[in-house]
Amino acid sequence: MNGTGNAPLLSVEGLRLSFGGVLAIDGLTFGVGEAEIVSVIGPNGAGKTSAFNCVTGFYRPTAGAVRLRGRDITGLRPSAVAALGVARTFQNLRLFGEMSVLDNVRAGTHLRIRQNVLDALLHTPRYRRGERESTEQAHHWLDFAGLRGDRYGPARALPYGEQRRVEIARALARRPDLLLLDEPAAGLNHGEKAEMLDLIRRIRELGIAIVLIEHDMGLVMDVSQRVVVLNFGREIADGPPDEVRRNPEVVEAYLGRDADEAEIEQARASVAGGRDGGA
Amino acid sequence: MTATVPQGTPPGAPSSARPRGAGPRSIASRLMDNRWAGLVGLAVALLAPFVNATPYALSVMTSAAIFVMLAAGLNIVVGYCGLLDLGYAAFFAVGAYTSGVLSTRFDLPLVATLPAVLVVTVLAGLIIGAPTLRLRSDYLAIVTLGFGEIIRVTANNLDVTGGPSGIYGIPGLTGGPVSMYYVTVLVVAVAVVGAARLGRSRLGRAWRFVREDEDAAEAMGVHTYKIKMAAYVAGAIWGGLAGVLFAAHLSAISPGSFTFLQSALVLMAVVLGGMGSIRGVVVGAVIISVLPELLRDLADYRFLAFGVLLITVMLVRPQGLWPARSREVAQ
Repeated sequence: MNGTGNAPLLSVEGLRLSFGGVLAIDGLTFGVGEAEIVSVIGPNGAGKTSAFNCVTGFYRPTAGAVRLRGRDITGLRPSAVAALGVARTFQNLRLFGEMSVLDNVRAGTHLRIRQNVLDALLHTPRYRRGERESTEQAHHWLDFAGLRGDRYGPARALPYGEQRRVEIARALARRPDLLLLDEPAAGLNHGEKAEMLDLIRRIRELGIAIVLIEHDMGLVMDVSQRVVVLNFGREIADGPPDEVRRNPEVVEAYLGRDADEAEIEQARASVAGGRDGGA
Repeated sequence: MTATVPQGTPPGAPSSARPRGAGPRSIASRLMDNRWAGLVGLAVALLAPFVNATPYALSVMTSAAIFVMLAAGLNIVVGYCGLLDLGYAAFFAVGAYTSGVLSTRFDLPLVATLPAVLVVTVLAGLIIGAPTLRLRSDYLAIVTLGFGEIIRVTANNLDVTGGPSGIYGIPGLTGGPVSMYYVTVLVVAVAVVGAARLGRSRLGRAWRFVREDEDAAEAMGVHTYKIKMAAYVAGAIWGGLAGVLFAAHLSAISPGSFTFLQSALVLMAVVLGGMGSIRGVVVGAVIISVLPELLRDLADYRFLAFGVLLITVMLVRPQGLWPARSREVAQ
């Protein structure tokens, strides 16, 4: 399952992105197979979120291509990318705060329910059916994501960890083939992280491929089939977790060039030990 | 009314089905959540002429009803979709002038001009919206303000619109002021219910997704530009049809009726009532249109009193008189 055999679900080819003179991404190439979990790691500012934004259409890459099942989706607007089966979450939660939790997840069903203006004005059977389906789906995905809090109140009223679940439920309600999670475990406590790990596994069991940006090395090494490492916009490694964690360049990227042997050894131990290895 | 109201809930059930965490609710908030509030409002409007049917009172009430329709339309744009439109009177003017010009030039009954009014207002919405809706927040407000003035200045300078003196002798929709009032109330009631239904449909949710977070909405597959355009065009239709009622009601229109002040007053009605709350917006519109009349005894000071009252309300209740619920009722 390293995504080389069959035509990959997602392939990012020679992606470059510059803002003015600053190269945010300098030649990123990786692929994601069906139902595969690929993590993108790297120090802060390495270009991970920029890469997500290129894949999902929020940024137009300066060069390179993004393909979904071989189809070039570079430069499509985000809603068009979403319509092709790509869903994402955001690094800083982006919920519709004043709307109910259910409405937030109903957003994921926006493209699935068929309803025109006349249906809405006349409350036709099709309108009622669409609304019912949308609500059922929303409940289903909130159950799946394990939300315990109030579903009828505004999303902003939920605790942080619960809001993360809502955001993932919203993305899942889109029924994507590919899900991009941008630091889903950030700000979660130990118990919540374990639940997040479980949730990510269960998402994969649905046959959904996941690209994961995450600083928690324990989680990354545990769940990923492959790990792509970025540093200053450059891809410095791409391989199975075991291989990546032994890669000296990766350790160096996390600690800096002047780190002495002992520090590197210590970092290696911490990365290997599955604790938080993020600098 | 931002929350999705479930279908087929028996009356009275919503408050008991409310999940815990909402705390004990005041009588006022129970009344405000009551689903019959709209019908009560309609009943009040229908019974009002039995209380006072002087031509002056009927005229004030008819104007108030038209103003409610304007506010319901602007609420789609500002309240649901979060697009600050400072030139909403433009659509009001387009509707009024289109029906006025066609009915007087071609001697048509006003109803016959409706298809043309719809086409022209939709076109106006698309033409004004296409460049404008690519902008965000402050820029959008400034450009809509500009378009509002362009429409007014155009009407002021064209021959076909009668220049500064406007158009006279527009046929009414009905025989007399009482029937005109009732026709207006019914049209406005349908418009208000329609706006509310749109507001809680798939499209209405998409409007609010855009208002809350445009990027997150895009990421969920919502084509935000089209959705904003839909809000704008819906607002244009509501405004345009209100313009037809206005032309029928006054039988004369001039550019003076479509100034920035008019746009600002409609926006004030929306904000005063509670952005995105159809009930609040109706109440806000009635207050904004009727209050200056009730304050007539204060003569020159009435607009001062009006202003002070508005400022006081906004300080005490910034969310509006009857704000939208962000809690939805369990099914």
